[in-house]
Amino acid sequence: MTARKKTVFSGMSFDVHCGRSVGTTARPSMSGDVHSGLSLIRPLSIVVALVGALAACTNYYEIPIETPIQPKLDIAGFQRVLVAGFVAGGDDEVDANLETVRLLRSQLRQKGSLRVVEAEPLVLNEIAAQQNGGPAPPASPSDTASTQETGLPPIKEEKDLEPYERIFSKVDYWKKIGEEHQNPLIVTGSVLFRPHTTSGFVQREQEIYDQFGRRRVVPQRVYMERQGYILRPTFVFIDGKTGETLHSETFREEILYNQNTQTPALSSFFELMDRLLPTFLNAMSAQKIRGTRVLLK
Amino acid sequence: MFVRIISAVVLCLVLGAPSAFADQRDEAREQVEFGIQVAQRGLWREAIYRWERATQLDPTYAAAYNNLAIAYEHEGQLDKARAAYEKAVSLDPNSEMIRQNFDLFKEINDRAKKDGL
Repeated sequence: MTARKKTVFSGMSFDVHCGRSVGTTARPSMSGDVHSGLSLIRPLSIVVALVGALAACTNYYEIPIETPIQPKLDIAGFQRVLVAGFVAGGDDEVDANLETVRLLRSQLRQKGSLRVVEAEPLVLNEIAAQQNGGPAPPASPSDTASTQETGLPPIKEEKDLEPYERIFSKVDYWKKIGEEHQNPLIVTGSVLFRPHTTSGFVQREQEIYDQFGRRRVVPQRVYMERQGYILRPTFVFIDGKTGETLHSETFREEILYNQNTQTPALSSFFELMDRLLPTFLNAMSAQKIRGTRVLLK
Repeated sequence: MFVRIISAVVLCLVLGAPSAFADQRDEAREQVEFGIQVAQRGLWREAIYRWERATQLDPTYAAAYNNLAIAYEHEGQLDKARAAYEKAVSLDPNSEMIRQNFDLFKEINDRAKKDGL
């Protein structure tokens, strides 16, 4: 029986086999210059023996583990999931509602256990405005009327979301949506994706060459103006049978680039969403977090 | 005569106790080593059984608690894992490896808790 043992020696990592097959040190090929080969073998074998001896004294083993994290929601009572639509705003370049619906449906189709309901995404900005006493929503859900026409302020910042987010507590509305789609688990919420600019000192690494041409990397504080985006989604999980909210969670992610970097808004949107997807999926299914631990003798 | 018998029994107990304790330590060590071998093959439940046995044989064996904590973590028994890590740290507060394992565990566990578990 062989056990794989790992030991750290002067900052280097060696893998050593211990157990019955200890004497399995690789022998160098005898072809070529036998003498120089033998003269190399001796110091090499001493080093190997030393490392072996050290390994025998070292009583730890690195081992990969996977920690299962249980889902936050019990979805046993559901067979379908409807990603209904999102209250969205912040940036005109990206339709955060449509993009979020598409992304989450695609993820749930690939990684979820529930059947994903294919339905036209709801334009919740208008529906929320209508429920707030504004004019009726447009006949077609894809008809994106300006929020200014609907009685609620346009969504530019986090505080603008508040009057829209009241829609998530309208139990009758969500119950009705649930009935239309055979009582699925409803995923909705709000997505604020907005540009962000900041300035200040940042630490950068700079290459420096001395008089002998030797390269050194030194940290340097530089004043910089940077621009990027903030993504602030709230995912709300609603029981389609009752219209009640089962679970809700809010995230905030931001990304900043140098001012001369041109990154498309949609690309930044997906980059930020990508960071949140594992946690979003963990609401409905168990996830495994991979890591390494050290076993001790 | 009676005093002699009592003295002999006490002497036997005094001389025999360290050796019995040493035997238990050796057995605990064997259990830990076997647990490592089976864990490396992915047989974590067997490893848990071995390391639990080791902690019963030698309740001061920090490494056994450390390994047990890792196994519980791998099996998703996070409360048990925390308790075992805490025990391991209390038995060997100077072990950087135990502390590092515990820190990594806390990172995951705290995140899971923060997410609403």
